[in-house]
Amino acid sequence: MNQYPLWKYLLMLAVILPGLLYAVPNLYGEDPGVQITGVRSFKVDETVLDRMEKALGEGGVRWQKVSLDGSGARLRFVDTETQLKAKDLLQRELGDNYTVALNLMPATPDWLTSIGGVPMYLGLDLRGGVHFLMEVDVQGALTRAEDRYVGDLRSSLRDAKVRYLTVRRVPSGGIEIKFRDNDQRESGRGTIERELPELQLKDEERQGKPILLATIRPQQFEEITKFALDQNMTALRNRVDELGVAEPVVQQQGDRRIVVQLPGVQDTAKAKEILGRTATLEVMMVDEEHDLQSAQTTSVPPGSKLFRHRNGSQILLQKRLVYSGDNVVDAAAGIDNQTGGPVVYITLDARGAAINQRITGKNIGKRMAVVYIEIKSETKRDADGRPVFNDQGSEVKIRRRIEEVITAPVIRDQLGKRFQIEGLDSISEAQDLALLLRAGALAAPIEIIEERTVGPSLGKDNIDQGFKSVLIGFILVLIFMLAYYRLFGAVACAALMLNLVLIVAVLSLFQATLTLPGVAGIVLTVGMAVDANVLIFERIREEIRNGNTPQASIHVGYDRALSTIVDANVTTLIAAIVLFNFGTGPIKGFAITLSIGIITSMFTAILGTRGVINLIYGGRRVQRLSI
Amino acid sequence: MEILRKQTEINFMSLRRVAVGVSALAIVVGIVSLVIRGLNYGIDFTGGTLVEVSYDESVRIEAVRDKLNQADFDDALVQYFGTSRDIMVRLPAREDDTGAKLSSGLMEALRKPYNETLSQSRQGAAQQCVTGAGTAAIDCRVQMRRVEFVGPQVGKELTEKGGLAMIYALIGILIYVAWRFEWRFAIGSVVALIHDVLITLGLFSLLHLEFSLPVLAAILAVIGYSLNDTIVVFDRVRENFRKMRRGNVLEIMNRSINQTLPRTILTSLTTLLVLLALFILGGKVIHGFATALIIGVVVGTYSSIFVASPVVVALGVTREDMMPVKKEGADQERAEP
Repeated sequence: MNQYPLWKYLLMLAVILPGLLYAVPNLYGEDPGVQITGVRSFKVDETVLDRMEKALGEGGVRWQKVSLDGSGARLRFVDTETQLKAKDLLQRELGDNYTVALNLMPATPDWLTSIGGVPMYLGLDLRGGVHFLMEVDVQGALTRAEDRYVGDLRSSLRDAKVRYLTVRRVPSGGIEIKFRDNDQRESGRGTIERELPELQLKDEERQGKPILLATIRPQQFEEITKFALDQNMTALRNRVDELGVAEPVVQQQGDRRIVVQLPGVQDTAKAKEILGRTATLEVMMVDEEHDLQSAQTTSVPPGSKLFRHRNGSQILLQKRLVYSGDNVVDAAAGIDNQTGGPVVYITLDARGAAINQRITGKNIGKRMAVVYIEIKSETKRDADGRPVFNDQGSEVKIRRRIEEVITAPVIRDQLGKRFQIEGLDSISEAQDLALLLRAGALAAPIEIIEERTVGPSLGKDNIDQGFKSVLIGFILVLIFMLAYYRLFGAVACAALMLNLVLIVAVLSLFQATLTLPGVAGIVLTVGMAVDANVLIFERIREEIRNGNTPQASIHVGYDRALSTIVDANVTTLIAAIVLFNFGTGPIKGFAITLSIGIITSMFTAILGTRGVINLIYGGRRVQRLSI
Repeated sequence: MEILRKQTEINFMSLRRVAVGVSALAIVVGIVSLVIRGLNYGIDFTGGTLVEVSYDESVRIEAVRDKLNQADFDDALVQYFGTSRDIMVRLPAREDDTGAKLSSGLMEALRKPYNETLSQSRQGAAQQCVTGAGTAAIDCRVQMRRVEFVGPQVGKELTEKGGLAMIYALIGILIYVAWRFEWRFAIGSVVALIHDVLITLGLFSLLHLEFSLPVLAAILAVIGYSLNDTIVVFDRVRENFRKMRRGNVLEIMNRSINQTLPRTILTSLTTLLVLLALFILGGKVIHGFATALIIGVVVGTYSSIFVASPVVVALGVTREDMMPVKKEGADQERAEP
């Protein structure tokens, strides 16, 4: 009696061994490191790596390990002093097109990393950093869209030769088009329904004059919202790259919010400054009368300027602005129906369309360039990274203009409101281009609605205190269980320890974020995980009191307690799942550890302890149980 | 070692009227306090700005307050946070659109008396400041520990979502218990849970403890814990209904509660042990969370004995309701009239 078949033990081993393995990475500390990533279109490749290694070699800085992957390069150093020196050297060597970020990298050995073994992912409340929740001002985006439609309505009515009195945006929402009489209104309706089907029309009358009240259809409104969000996401990603943060997070939350997490950042004012920056687009004509080479070597002709192209080459543009990103309404990647090649569809507003028509009509066969421009405003810093002060004692701010030609296609035809850019190499290039175009279009305003910054000292305190309370709580429970249930208690203690290991392993394996409330969840689980064992052991004692044999008592104890344990845990799990769906950040962390703890504890407390108890007592005559 | 060596025979059910009185009193006091005093909502719910800094020496609150007033933070609430070197400043939510700029301005105002400006700082290391042109960067005398800014819209949403989350949890539990046991048991357990939540909230209001997001999470965890306790008792009740040939409903309830009593006490003890560890060692941030759980575990243990089962009895549960085979027929009979 009370013997487990071999396969059950094998099953247990199959859980325990990987559990141990994936918990192990947390035992190794962290190495100071430097992480290099490319900004925008720049990629870190072998040649960049060579340059880095050469620069470090010349500076006499030794590194421990270099690794290169899709996201960039990572270098590890022995101590923070070399790390700092290396960062300065690399920043100088690589310039503005690469981000050189200080980082702490897990010192997990390679063989562990190669099987996916990584330490737990700590939340910002444990490692310090900035968390922003930003909200796109959808109302603002809508107002702007309506403003744009005012122009579009005027020009399409004018083009269709429909007479109207006024077109204006109504402050309460919608666009009001006033006509002299009903006949005009009817022809106006016909034109608008044909040209601008995304508008919904309603007849009204004001001051004795017939009007049409145009509102944006819900479907179109949704698209505007989505566009505004996408646009801001792209812009934020680009800027976050420049903050020089290792492992930043930019994530959509709901349909109008964006979460930005910047681990390790302490200067929130600077972070806000950079994130709040705006980008624009400028469309200019390529200067094809002058020779690029002579412009590069001798002098740039007046009225023109040399620009850097995204692909690394240089290009000569006429300085005169054709139209700007304010006139760009939308940009989307797609596949051309006829050629089947990747294209980017661009939509302009009425003003942009008018200019586009005029300019492209005159310049068929020539090239037009789209320039991405971002104004950087930053604190001037000296060579050691300290801010520079002016006479009044305040920091000196410098403004820098970053300009990059993102595309320069040949004009094939006279273009208007909607046109497409062809000749792209791949669909991913089309997507990249569309993203950049959108990021530079007139931005929907975005606002920080939540900020949570944890300084490094508090983060460290949180880890220390969290660890200490897990440890002490754990020890207290161990002592209690040992004293109360003796041998059975010892088995329960082993199960509890295993449970802790499994929680850590699951957290590490799935890279779920461990937050301070998450640590509290682990502490709580430790207290509650013994519940299953208490239930079983009390039941066994009861059976013994009722005069059952020790073996039968063990058997019945486990059997009877099982359904109770499952019921009790499922209900707690329901609460945890609700919590997970409701919570943000830290609270989610609590729900996660609680859920994992409940599930692993069922395994360790029921199957695990039974296995050991069976090994000790099973299959022989037993007079007394040590319980 | 055993706390209860012999099977106890406490007549819990005879105490149920007293228990109802005690619970009702506690709930009424709690609700009155909730209505009159309300909850001491933290900035998670009200919106606002909170900055925690630590100085390299003791500071006087008045001095900090004066400096902040000079910088036009008239509405700042300044208090010590743990030691006389740690200061917490709170600003209420403002209607204008200054929003997140406020927290940066606040940090600047706190650093101003020391004439220091943040320089580049390394991840995980203390913040470095300079005190003027050309000086070397040293550790800032005012170290930022924590900055929280919550916009009013976020707070409002959270209050709504928090309330909804509790309702969803209760409904989910109601359904599960009704499915696994019987509707009377479902109602009994949910009444016990509402009882726990109301008393915990009432105590938070009465003692004027801060009600923050972690506290709300703790209350949801209390729901889970207290239910755990209740389910264990109910499970035994179900078993005994099927097993004990004699004895009326009250006797069966009593026997079940007595049989599970050692386990109820032990689990509460171990949970309270770890919660105490968390309360004492977990640090200030987790304090409210631990407090809510401790209150909840104590109240939850009480309610699973004195509230849940009496409610089931009051709803008129019979032996037939718990019989697996006859159950369906009994259900139909109830549905017919």
